This record gives sequence, C-alpha cells and structure tokens, in this order.
Amino acid sequence: MKGYVKYYGQKVAWYVLTLIIAVALNFFLPRMMPGDPVRAIVNEATTGMTNASAIQQIEQQYYERFGLDKSLPEQFLTYVGNLFKGDLGTSFTQYPRPVTDVIGESVIWTLALQIPAILVGWFIGNILGAVAAYLRKGFDKAVMPLFMFLSNMPAFGMAIIMVWVFAVTLKIAPLSGGYGYDLLPSFTPEFIVSLISHYALPFFSIILITIGGQAIGMRSMSIYELNADYVKYSRFLGIKDRKIIGYVFRNAMLPQVTGLALSLGTMIGGNIVAETIFSYPGIGTTLLAGITGGDYPLISGSTLIITLMVLVANLVIEILYGVIDPRVKAAQQDS
Amino acid sequence: MLHQIKQVFRSPKFIVGFIIFMIILLMAIFYPLISSVGPMQSISKAPFTAPGTYVNIEDAVRDTGGQLTLELPIVENRIEDALTADEKQKMITWLEDNGGVAAGELSADDIETLINTWNSTYDPTLVVQGMLTSAREEYKRIDIRVKSVLSVTGVTIAEQGEDGLEVTGTIDYKRFINVNDVANTFTFPLGADNFGRDVLTELTSAILTSLRVGLIAGLIATAIGLALGLLAGYVGGLVDNLITFITNLFTVIPSFVLLILISNSISSSARGVEVVAMVIGFTAWPWTCRSVRSQVISLRNRDHVNLSKLSGHSMPKIILRDILPYVASYVVMALILQISSGILAEAQLSMLGLGPSTTEVATLGLMMNWSQKFSAWQVGAWWAFLPVILSIAFISFSLNLMNTGLDQVFNPQLRDS
Repeated sequence: MKGYVKYYGQKVAWYVLTLIIAVALNFFLPRMMPGDPVRAIVNEATTGMTNASAIQQIEQQYYERFGLDKSLPEQFLTYVGNLFKGDLGTSFTQYPRPVTDVIGESVIWTLALQIPAILVGWFIGNILGAVAAYLRKGFDKAVMPLFMFLSNMPAFGMAIIMVWVFAVTLKIAPLSGGYGYDLLPSFTPEFIVSLISHYALPFFSIILITIGGQAIGMRSMSIYELNADYVKYSRFLGIKDRKIIGYVFRNAMLPQVTGLALSLGTMIGGNIVAETIFSYPGIGTTLLAGITGGDYPLISGSTLIITLMVLVANLVIEILYGVIDPRVKAAQQDS
Repeated sequence: MLHQIKQVFRSPKFIVGFIIFMIILLMAIFYPLISSVGPMQSISKAPFTAPGTYVNIEDAVRDTGGQLTLELPIVENRIEDALTADEKQKMITWLEDNGGVAAGELSADDIETLINTWNSTYDPTLVVQGMLTSAREEYKRIDIRVKSVLSVTGVTIAEQGEDGLEVTGTIDYKRFINVNDVANTFTFPLGADNFGRDVLTELTSAILTSLRVGLIAGLIATAIGLALGLLAGYVGGLVDNLITFITNLFTVIPSFVLLILISNSISSSARGVEVVAMVIGFTAWPWTCRSVRSQVISLRNRDHVNLSKLSGHSMPKIILRDILPYVASYVVMALILQISSGILAEAQLSMLGLGPSTTEVATLGLMMNWSQKFSAWQVGAWWAFLPVILSIAFISFSLNLMNTGLDQVFNPQLRDS
C-alpha cells in the first residue's frame, strides 16, 4: 500500500509540475514572439471598433492584465495569482463576461461529448481489432483496410461528411448546435429529445475515427502476442484456447492503454476542431469564436483548459495503468 | 542499400501505399501544367458552380451553322418543366368535370395522354356554371402555356439594330448544336469553389503546397527529434535526464495547443506557408526524439560500439558511423509519419483560421477553411469539400500504408504471418 502511495504521489507531482510549465508556456510563448505582441493583440482586437471608449477600455484591460510596466517575472506572478482566483480576464467578443464564465459553460459540452465517445470508440475498436487478429482470413482482410482508411480520415473531415450526408442530404439529423435554437436549456422532455438528436452526429463521427485507429493498434498487438512463446507453451501444455486468449488480450491491452495516453492530446485536438463543424457549443467552437474575433483572453483561456483536460485524462490513465499492469503492481509490492 | 530497397518493394502494403501516393503526387505535379487556367484564377462568376461542361450562352444562340435537328422526347421534358404538379392536377380535374372524361382515366404521370386529351377537349369559351372568373382565367393561362410549349416556331432572336430590334432568326426546340462547335466552353471536372475557381486545378496545386508543408515540417521535426534523441540516448546522464524531461513534458502538453498559441502570436502578415510549416515542425519533434532515444539506448552497449570507444573514436564519429546506420530505417519511418501528421496539422490549424494567411496559394487546409466560411456543405456543394477531405485522407492513408510496409520489412517480429 505504501508503495502505491509513493507511486501515485510521484505521478501526481509530475503532473502538477507539467501543469505549472504549461501555464508558463501559455504566458511566455506569445511574449517570445518578435515585435510587441500585446500591442499587436490590442490593435487586432480593436480593428473595426468605432467606439472610442470601448477601445480605451480594451487597451486598459490589456495593460492592466499584462502589467506591461512591470518586469516579466512580476507579470507572470500576477498572471498566476489571477489564475488561482479563477480570473482569466474578460472576454472581448462577449464583453463584459469573464472568460471563466464563457469557458465554464462550454467545457461541460466538450466533456460530455468526448469522454463517452472516446471510451466507447476505444472499447469497440479494441474488441474489433482483437477479433480480427483472432479470426484472420476473411473478416480481417475485409475490415482492416476500411479501419485503416477511417483512422487516416481527419476528424473534421468525418464530421463534414456526416453533416453533409445526414443533415443536409437525408435531413434526418440537425445541422448544427447542441440543442434546438428555439429551446432553452431545461429538463423538459422536448429539450432532452433535441439534446440527444444533436448529440448523435458528433458522437458517432468521433466513435468512427477512434474505432479505426484503435482496432489497427489492437490487431497488430494481438497478432504479436499470439505468436509469443508463452502462447505456444500454453498450447503445448494443453491449456484451453479460451483461457489463452484471455491472457493474450490482457497483455495486448496494456500497450493499448499506453497508446491511448500518448495519442490523447492529438485526439482531443482533432475532436475539438471537429466540434466547430457541428457548431457544438463546446470548447472548440468557443476557441474558434475567440480566434475569429481576435479575443485573446478567450483563446488563452481555451488553450489552458484544453491542456488541463489532456493532463487530467493522462493522469487518470496512468493511475488506471498502475492498477491493471501486474508489473507495476509487483514493483509496488516489493518496496 | 539496394537490397533493402528491393526488400521494401516486396511488401504488398508498401506497394499499395506507394502507388496511391505516386498517383496523387503525379496528378498534383502534372495537372496544373495541362490545365488551361491558373489554380487561383476566378472563372465562374457564381459561387459553387456544379461540375459539368459550360457553354457560352451567346455563342449557343448565335451559332447557326452545324445545327442538328433531333427527334428526342423533348416535348415531355419541356412540359414537365413548364407545368407544376398542381397545375397538372387542375387540368385533370377540369377534364373530369367538364370534358366528359371518366374519373381515374387520366393521371399526372401519363403526360402524353393528358396533353392530347386536353388539346382535343378543352374549350376556353366554355363558361362553367359556378366557376369563379379567376379560376377560368387560370385555366386559360395553363392552356396558353401548353400551346406555347408545343409550338414549333420556337424562340425568335432579335438583335439591337439601327432602328431598334431586328429579327435575325428563330430557334425551335428541335435544334441542337454540337458542343464541340461552340467556341467558348469550359469544363469544371469538379465544379468551382466559392471564389469561382476550378476546384480540380486548385486542389492539385493545394496538394502540392500541402505536401511541401508536410515535408518542411517533417524534416524539421525529424531533424530535431533525431539530434536530441541521439544525444540523450548516447550521452546519458544529466543530458539524458534533461531531454527526457522536456520530451515527456511535450508529449503530455498537446502540440495542438502549442500550435494554436504560437500561430496566434505570429502576426497574420508574417504567417506564410513556410512559417506555418516551420511552426508545425518545431512542435512535432517530441515523439520522434522519444523513440530514437530508446532505440539508441538499446544500441549503446553493443560490442561494435564498445569496440569503437576502445579504439578512441570521437563521439560524433561513433554516433554517425556506429549508431546512426542502425536507426536509419526507423528515422525514415518517423519522417513519413511526421509528413502525414504535418499535413493534418496544417489542415486543422487552417480550419481554425490560424493557417497560412495568404490568398495567393491554396493549401488543403485553406480550401477547407474557405468552404466552411462559405457554408459549402449547408448548400450541398459537395465538390468544394469532399475531394479535399478525400485527398487528405488518401495522402495520409498511403503514407501510413508505406510506413506499415517498411515496419514489417525492418522489424521481422511484426510480420504477420
């Protein structure tokens, strides 16, 4: 037990450190660019604005927020201090709403969409990959090239094809949004039906992409394991096929969990772009709105929250890994 | 070396991937050369012109030589075009009520019988008791329309002369022109996009630009990843710890986020295609570094490396001669994957409006961004986005197939068999 505490303590500490560096990058990267980015940001944010007092307010906001008269480390401390207070600045495009407010509203949508979709896609993909590896022949030959093609389809491409086929051509799904534009969020049956019908397309498009990638990985892992010596030895001992396959898939599963952790950032990034196709009211659409409107606080807030999501997801996977990987388990019990 | 290349070409996966990739590449190189228009030249005046061959209307009207007279089911088509379903139903009702036709004998589908019965039975002078004047007038209008469609005189063409309009000829519906005889025709094999550009020409040039983006990004990422990986793996110690720390950091912090932050900080005037490619390259190296490092660590204590060390060779020499050749095949595979993910990264950035900010060159991502901005899929203009998506998918599919093929050749353990 003590070993576990140490193991997880180290993991959590490492992730906290990563988070601090991510926050620092979020702060320093825009400042390391040549020229005066803050000035450029202010100019970009105020182009097309005619209201002099609004422009002044935005200028003031920036200078206050970035504390440009102070030194960089001091500015950073102010920034971190504000972060702890949950203050990410004020959105320009949705003035005077605070960024935390805008993001807090959209992050729920992204989480509710991506967590179930990635998990379901991962499970189905792994099962199909394992089945393909075990059956080989017809099923494998027919399904694998398709999965391989699917996994190479960009997430936003799949989203567009889904929208075009099901919403525009067949008209059996809504075109965009998270719920009907004529409804207000509430717990009425009408709203829930609308919610589900808007959920279907983004959900299935993410699942399809995820299945493709995971099935291929699982298939090659399972093939590799099926050819391993311990399988041959077990067969030689006369252990039942079913039991062997149980072991094989459990072993093949472990690299898949690591693989999920490694590809999570790319996956979430891709899905966030796909979100914008559906105008799904999540982080992706918020980010796009921020970029289009030159709303710098909103962009930096969104990227920070995306990083945080990826970090937490990775941490969860690592913790799970400690539970399911017997090698990690053994190492903890030894100490 | 030659032997290895021969080996590679024995892998069916590699061959399939290679063929798909070469087809795309050759098309991207040669189609813009044979196309009569420039990739960024606006041709069609309307947005999202559907695929097809377009004939200049003026040419078609003026052309008098080489006209053909064809007997085709044109009348039916023209009537279908001129009458709505509602109007056909009204004609049937009139005939059944006043023309002595039995109910159910006529149907809107059998247009020929309907028109024939109508022509022989309809009497515009007949005043039906109880029928509104407006309804009677509507039947008269339908009748005129039917007669005009059936008339053989056709359209009269008049030109602006000295004393007003002068009749220069008539065109009837049975006259056709061979499309080859029309001087001004233009074929959009894949339609035109929102700017009126020929999609196929634009697409092929965009593929070439995107491949260049992928190549620049891939080369930068692989070079950095390889250099740091070799250093970390071979030198070990503090250098290794530091590099591993940074690598682990950037595998957890999504490169997508870094890309957004950096691209957003570069002013849009400076964000050309090459700059975006470089930014992608500088954020994509960590996983290459990670894998090269682990490969190098497994090589570090091989006998031939130790022998080199004992012989007093310098570190760069050992790395170049005793380690690099062993990771070379792996580096090629990593480069292929980096190219494919670089193309995808550019597309994603452009979708968010952070791609190259230029209107002089098209990339696959920019084409997607434009069709999103002009709601191509909402209006059903599939030719503006589907070919682009499929191009991205097929490029990355072929590169990944080649990669898998290479993997199987160089890692015998993975060979399915």
